[in-house]
Amino acid sequence: MREVKSSKAYKDKAKAASAKPAALGEDIDLSAFAASAEEQPYEADPSKLPAKAKEQMMEAGVILEDTSQRSGTYIQMDNTPVHFSSQQEGVEVMAISQALEKYDWLSDYWWQAVAVDTDKYTAHVELSQGNGYFIRALPGKKTIYPVQACLYLAKAKLAQNVHNIIIAEENSELHIVTGCTTAFGEEPGLHLGVSEFYIKRGAKVTFTMIHSWNPEIAVRPRTGTIIEQDGLFLSNYVLMKPVRSLQMYPAAKCVGENAIVRYNSILMAPPGSHMDIGSRVLLNAKGAKTEIISRALTTGGTIIARGYIEGNAPEVKGHLECRGLILQEKGVIHAIPELKGNLAGIDLSHEAAVGKIAEEEVEYLMARGLTRTEATATIVRGFLRVDIEGLPPQLDAELKRAIEASEKELM
Amino acid sequence: MLEIKHLNVAVEGREILRDVNLNIGTGETHALFGPNGSGKTTLLMAIMGFPRYQVTKGKIIFKGKDITKLAVDERARLGIGISFQRPPVVRGVKTRDMVSAAMGGEGDEKSIAKLAERADLTEFLDRDINYGFSGGEIKRAELLQLMAQRPELTLLDEPESGVDLVNIALIGELLNELLEKGCPIRKRKCMGLIITHTGHILEYVNVRTGYVMLDGRVVCQGDPHEILATIKEKGYEECARCVK
Repeated sequence: MREVKSSKAYKDKAKAASAKPAALGEDIDLSAFAASAEEQPYEADPSKLPAKAKEQMMEAGVILEDTSQRSGTYIQMDNTPVHFSSQQEGVEVMAISQALEKYDWLSDYWWQAVAVDTDKYTAHVELSQGNGYFIRALPGKKTIYPVQACLYLAKAKLAQNVHNIIIAEENSELHIVTGCTTAFGEEPGLHLGVSEFYIKRGAKVTFTMIHSWNPEIAVRPRTGTIIEQDGLFLSNYVLMKPVRSLQMYPAAKCVGENAIVRYNSILMAPPGSHMDIGSRVLLNAKGAKTEIISRALTTGGTIIARGYIEGNAPEVKGHLECRGLILQEKGVIHAIPELKGNLAGIDLSHEAAVGKIAEEEVEYLMARGLTRTEATATIVRGFLRVDIEGLPPQLDAELKRAIEASEKELM
Repeated sequence: MLEIKHLNVAVEGREILRDVNLNIGTGETHALFGPNGSGKTTLLMAIMGFPRYQVTKGKIIFKGKDITKLAVDERARLGIGISFQRPPVVRGVKTRDMVSAAMGGEGDEKSIAKLAERADLTEFLDRDINYGFSGGEIKRAELLQLMAQRPELTLLDEPESGVDLVNIALIGELLNELLEKGCPIRKRKCMGLIITHTGHILEYVNVRTGYVMLDGRVVCQGDPHEILATIKEKGYEECARCVK
């Protein structure tokens, strides 16, 4: 497989930003992590991947035994794509390195939704020649089953460098499930993931990302999305497992009239986990709409839940909702909702609430015969239940199952 | 049978109920009248066992068992149910979840749907419980949960307050089902204790005995319609004067 091509201009910018700390989050020492890992063999049949890896991928929502309900599959171990295939005509799934070879025009999308010099992590991804996925739905192609992707960290003390590009061509519909997980339990690792989404006119993309890390992993995703006229981007993020340090602030830009973006995040921080997670939306075209919803639950860890909506065009509408639940004495939830309106006639709102479970609610359920533990579990389950519009029923059920599995561990 | 013997109840250290005595026989429904702040809700909450309502003296006996020290959920499982006057909103917990919980987790979709239809709440099953519900919807949702729970003793805190005339008839019907009013008296097992401020519910539900509560004490006991007529005509001042 050939190296990912990048223009000299991006390399130069990346070099200049290679020591630039991120605007938010703990500064990760990149020199503590290996830049490259041994190449992994390509496997044409994903069900033949090692059993342990498959099991862990399954926890993050990636199914390899039977892929009949998937439009395509992409598996990357460390920095090597070990399997990629499309199972539906009109949907392309391949390694980004291969896509760049195949399509000259792809360079027009390279670092257009995320700036290469955002910080040292984006710079590292550009300079370190990792890999990533390219997923594209051709014009008018509407998929029912999701494309699944897994970014698997197999080697400890490695910096996994990922650069993904997702393109939904005009009037297409694409569903993606991404599971990110690790092979090892208690050793450090670093995941750097750049994802650039391009939602063309009238296209719809749902992107469901389930992270399942370990208590020693640091994670720095960098995601940008550009949504054209009448496009819809629906992003669901689930993090219910421990992680040492995770900071991300994906940004979506509505550049076409009536573009819609919705972010749903479900976060759980056990002791030792530190998460600084938000969603940022710029409503730059008339009639664009957004909704950012997060549920943050701590059993001792820290969650900073951010949200930012900026209205820059007439008749735009945005709502931000952050609810936090502190289940143990030492947990911290810091909700930081921000709204910025730059002209009259826009409609932006937010609501944020952080607290413990109300005793009155627990007793209400107990009066129906539930024990205290059952009542608390029911309330927590309800808290984490975000009604997600627009997901295909099967995917919605999978997402609920993943959340419920983690709830059981929690309770 | 419910027996309340010499009950004193304190809330946050302040004594609210004093020496309350009350007996509800199997199959009977009684009503509790009294002005605001007289302690009616406190009595219901103490019978249900909410920890904020501390029994400082006396006993609560239900079906021959001393339940004074039992937790709320234990009392619920023993057969006591309550309809709250102002139940909390529990975001994310659906009406369906509450009905299922009240059925002991054994309710299938069909039986839940049937009950919801009976309470005219089919469209509310997948809504967060009590969130954005009107006064009448809240009351019907409370009764829906009780119908799922099927308690032997139903405690009702102002089931008609905030309810329009159309809804009150339905609430009356549901209450009669809950309290087995369709059953012959000798076969009836379910008991009820209803707090009513206006007395409207007495037009729909047959109540055997009425009590007047003043300043944390039960000061009068008798025919509920007679008591209500006196209150309507002369107010609680007459009850207070009569006691003196």
